[in-house]
Amino acid sequence: MRKQILKYIEKKSKVDLGELAVLLGTDEVTVANEIAAMENEKIICGYHTLIDWDKAGVESVSALIEVRVTPQRNQGFDRIAERIYNYPEVNAVYLISGGYDLLVTLEGKTLKEISLFVSEKLSPIEAVVGTATHFIMKKYKDHGTILVKKSGSERMLVTP
Amino acid sequence: MRNPLSQKVTSIAPSGIRKFFDVVSEMPDAISLGVGEPDFDTPWRIREEGIYSLERGKTFYTSNAGLKELKIEICKYLDRKVNVQYDYNSEVIVTVGGSEGIDIALRAMLDPGDEVLIPQPSYVSYLPCTVLADGVPVPIPLQEKNEFKLTAEELEAAITPKTKILVMPFPNNPTGSIMTREDLEPVVEVVKKHDLFVISDEIYSELTYGEKHVSIASFEGMKERTILINGFSKGFAMTGWRLGYACGPKEIISQMVKIHQYAIMCAPTNSQYAAVEALRNCDEEVQEMVEAYNQRRRFLVHEFKRMGLKCFEPFGAFYIFPSIQEFGMTSEEFATRFLQEEKVAVVPGSAFGDCGEGFLRISYAYSIEDLKVALERFERFIMRLRSEK
Ligand SMILES: Cc1ncc(COP(=O)(O)O)c(C=O)c1O
Repeated sequence: MRKQILKYIEKKSKVDLGELAVLLGTDEVTVANEIAAMENEKIICGYHTLIDWDKAGVESVSALIEVRVTPQRNQGFDRIAERIYNYPEVNAVYLISGGYDLLVTLEGKTLKEISLFVSEKLSPIEAVVGTATHFIMKKYKDHGTILVKKSGSERMLVTP
Repeated sequence: MRNPLSQKVTSIAPSGIRKFFDVVSEMPDAISLGVGEPDFDTPWRIREEGIYSLERGKTFYTSNAGLKELKIEICKYLDRKVNVQYDYNSEVIVTVGGSEGIDIALRAMLDPGDEVLIPQPSYVSYLPCTVLADGVPVPIPLQEKNEFKLTAEELEAAITPKTKILVMPFPNNPTGSIMTREDLEPVVEVVKKHDLFVISDEIYSELTYGEKHVSIASFEGMKERTILINGFSKGFAMTGWRLGYACGPKEIISQMVKIHQYAIMCAPTNSQYAAVEALRNCDEEVQEMVEAYNQRRRFLVHEFKRMGLKCFEPFGAFYIFPSIQEFGMTSEEFATRFLQEEKVAVVPGSAFGDCGEGFLRISYAYSIEDLKVALERFERFIMRLRSEK
């Protein structure tokens, strides 16, 4: 039941409890209780809206920044990550295996804003030994949703 | 000039669906609940495999009965899903959809005058294919009170000395009815008692809700007398790939291969390569589609109940079959008026046999959002009909 609820709200967080109960073959109270419990347990960590800012006419630039760091004694990567993720303009920070250590995703209004963040906030952190900034030019798919226009259905209207 | 046409062919009535299709195609802005194919795209990994097969130059015929790799996967799949064991080399043929399987099974088994029992309402091709194979179709009208399952009594009553084949169309298009192990048991007894053969059309076997599909071929002594028809169209959302298969006793399959070899040569090669991937690695994708269908099914059952429409709960395929008898019109009249007044296409139950009269086939191979729009119009329409009365 939980997995099914999560699968549903992962794509559609605007839940109509009554409808969801019908779809899952249960009652509204059960769904509401499960959701409340999962919010408490921090299984559900928030409800977000997927926005195509381009379409909304709001200027915005996203970047992926690879960060190489020297982990600090006793604290590993966690302390450095914290110093980065506390900036509100930072969207996500991941510890990554492979060629670099942290992957930081960032939203800014302009290229310049992001460049400034990297040069003035990120790079000066002592443990940071290098960064590589990639600007996102086009989003094809985000959070499992395809953003580019799909062609319409080709099905005939009536078939046996 | 002489009449160029065969009487056998001209005697076959055009399908009721075709008639309705012509009406609908005049109406470009109509929406539909009338489709008998999945709304999902074929899972990407299957499509990718099809593309890859083209890149590798797999553009030649395969052997008549089908690609060995695929036949082996089909056998493993049937073993895993319905617990029936076939020999890939002699008991399997890969066909152009389940459609071809139905056709060549009938052609391989029928002599002129042999009777074929066809439970109805059911898929539109059993009857004409029987006629084309010189058999005599004998419909068995199924009843709503039995949830459109076939009972042993109904079967027994339809059998004559000429009866040779029973078509088993479950999970059913258009009713959504399924046959559980308990439902099948008494039917199996009758089939054995009268020494009948079964063509079991299990094309919707992946799409059951609650109970897992049970194949009639899995009963003791039934594999020998059953041609199991299945395919990729419904469960794997692969209608346009035109790929299915038939399994059964080697004496019958080898004769089917003979017909197939002369009429078709082999099923599409790239579809066969793609299907290998479907059977090997797509359990999860299929499961997701099944879960989505199940949610829509629950939604429709709930909505029809709320509207006070008489409707039994279907547990298979992607159709629901509500009764419209309360409105005192034929299902064709209902469907035609609904289309004209609310611009929604549904298929009249009568298109699937006379006993489908009084019912509609509503497909839920649509997103919940689409279903909501269509149901709003449906409710408005039946409220109007009720107030007219
Ligand atoms: C019950 C049934 N059998 C067989 C078929 C044929 O399917 P295909 O030839 O695409 O495998 C259909 C298609 O609608 C069907 O509903």
